[in-house]
Amino acid sequence: MTETTAATERAAGAPRKKMEVSSTDVAIEITKMNKWYGDFHVLKDIDLRVMRGERIVICGPSGSGKSTMIRCINRLEEHQQGSIVVDGIELTDDLKKIDEIRREVGMVFQHFNLFPHLTILENCTLAPIWVRKMPRKEAEDIAMHYLERVKIPEQAKKYPGQLSGGQQQRVAIARSLCMNPKIMLFDEPTSALDPEMIKEVLDVMVGLAEEGMTMLCVTHEMGFARQVANRVIFMDQGQIVEQNEPEPFFSNPQHERTKLFLSQILHH
Amino acid sequence: MTDMTDLSYVRTTEAEAKPAPVSTTGFIGWMRRNLFSSIPNTILTLIGIWLAYSIFAPLINFAFVHAVWTGDNRDACLAQNVGREVGACWPYVEAYFPQFIYGRYPVEERYRVDIVYLLFALLIVPMLIPSVPAKRLNGLLLLVAFPIVAFFLLVGGVFGLPVVETSQWGGLLVTLVIAVTGITASLPIGILLALGRRSDMPIVRLLSIIFIEFWRGVPLITVLFMASVMLPLFLPEGVTFDKLMRVLIGVTLFSSAYMAEVVRGGLQAIPKGQYEGAQALGLRFWQMMRLIILPQALKLVIPGIVGTFIGLFKDTTLVLIVGMFDLLGQVQSSFTDPTWASPSQSHTGYLFAAAIFWVFCFGMSRYSLFMEKKLHTGHKR
Ligand SMILES: Nc1ncnc2c1ncn2[C@@H]1O[C@H](COP(=O)(O)OP(=O)(O)OP(=O)(O)O)[C@@H](O)[C@H]1O
Ligand SMILES: [Mg+2]
Repeated sequence: MTETTAATERAAGAPRKKMEVSSTDVAIEITKMNKWYGDFHVLKDIDLRVMRGERIVICGPSGSGKSTMIRCINRLEEHQQGSIVVDGIELTDDLKKIDEIRREVGMVFQHFNLFPHLTILENCTLAPIWVRKMPRKEAEDIAMHYLERVKIPEQAKKYPGQLSGGQQQRVAIARSLCMNPKIMLFDEPTSALDPEMIKEVLDVMVGLAEEGMTMLCVTHEMGFARQVANRVIFMDQGQIVEQNEPEPFFSNPQHERTKLFLSQILHH
Repeated sequence: MTDMTDLSYVRTTEAEAKPAPVSTTGFIGWMRRNLFSSIPNTILTLIGIWLAYSIFAPLINFAFVHAVWTGDNRDACLAQNVGREVGACWPYVEAYFPQFIYGRYPVEERYRVDIVYLLFALLIVPMLIPSVPAKRLNGLLLLVAFPIVAFFLLVGGVFGLPVVETSQWGGLLVTLVIAVTGITASLPIGILLALGRRSDMPIVRLLSIIFIEFWRGVPLITVLFMASVMLPLFLPEGVTFDKLMRVLIGVTLFSSAYMAEVVRGGLQAIPKGQYEGAQALGLRFWQMMRLIILPQALKLVIPGIVGTFIGLFKDTTLVLIVGMFDLLGQVQSSFTDPTWASPSQSHTGYLFAAAIFWVFCFGMSRYSLFMEKKLHTGHKR
């Protein structure tokens, strides 16, 4: 769907397509997952099922293991116990399966991690060409399509170092989308950005959510969580402490630690 | 102007741009700012001019002003015959020029060396100019086809070409064969060793470390001696192995160990996020290395890489001690010829050798600066 139709639908007051979540189709299934860094138990008995089309926001204090958890999903970190099944494929040491999962799962990082020696367009076409074996022309067309979606097609020939932080993060999102992923992971995508750039990135993410992308998003942008999330997860000390739909989660948190955390982030 | 004593102030007219003061622009301005900006700076400038003068004036006098340009033998370069102070004896270099270039390569076969030189020039020049297209084909020709062709042309023994023993090779030919082989082989080996040293696999890591530290721990002279004198003792009876070949292998392994450490320095400067970004996109290990990590890492250490190349180029002169005659060795061996014996003969010879080495090394150095600029896409703010 193009940007304009999405925008007009929104303007016409079309109902938000929050209900596209599948009730049978599981995107990610994490069962009794444990992870240690040396002796340090970072993730404790994580159980999480994400349905296709679901948008999940993960929050929690610094060091609670949010990044580690979502990085386990595409094997940037290795878990030691339990199982993670992504799109029907179980994550094991099998490199083939890891590659397969990484092809279907896009990830956006706090510090963008664009490749500084390649132009914006080359950043976007690299993986389609080398991983999906797509012809260059086709990859470039797709890249331009997504760069238009994130509203920076005119920057295609520039290098990442010439762009603002917000623009770089939008390129990073476009780069992931070029692989046509089924699931997108976001690790604090806006926390390295100046306030005036946060909105441009969040707008892109809202657009994605409205199209029904399965998203796991570590963020402290509570407005974003209210607007698009089906579910908010609160983590502390390596555990999932509480999860709920956004409305009850924010208005009526149950756990003491959730209450404390929310009072801290909402009161400044 | 608005009354600035008021606390609130709103600009109503745009300030106009004025030209910069004359004393800060142009050549005079540049000299003022850079050479004579303060008393210490002025003193340093004057000392610098004096130093440059006292070094270059005698050099220019020797090489050009007092030089002898024509002649058939030593008589042309003797002060009592010329009737003045004599600088460089260039006719001697002219007479020996073929020897300096080809060594004892048979005269009637030297065209083969010329073809190799020509082919190399024709392939390397377009390779080094970024705007020339077809880099892939060019690289293939240069790295695969050229070495094979050059080998058979220089060694002979095929297509009716008479065999020329490597012991007859010499001069610039030997210098370039060793330097070019060493340079092209040491970079890929060095990269593999650097990756090996950072590998997660303990055996690979250990072997890389042992290899690197061994070669960095022994002087090149020792390596050359081992290669030419000791190695034949260990080889079984009847197995012979060309001396130049042994030297080539020794020099290559030696410089690849240095190269490995230079490249490792570059790898260490690449942030973890670059690996993660590449992995998250589904790139395989070697794809990630080739497309993302190495281009950035190598670019960072271009000065170090070219430094190693230049060191290797100059170290080729050490083969003299194992009885091979590179350019410098060939120049030195010509000093024994009584036909050209004169007080300035050796100075002239060394000056010539130095000039040749300098041209090659300076060329590499400038090219590396050019590449650094060309590859600069950082625009860090
Ligand atoms: N590579 C590592 N080695 C050892 N400990 C680590 C490593 N990476 C993270 N940790 C520890 O694991 C814990 C969880 O880290 P993680 O980055 O997942 O937290 P987080 O919830 O994302 O925090 P933040 O909000 O600050 O990003 C922290 O205590 C951290 O110190
Ligand atoms: Mg984190």
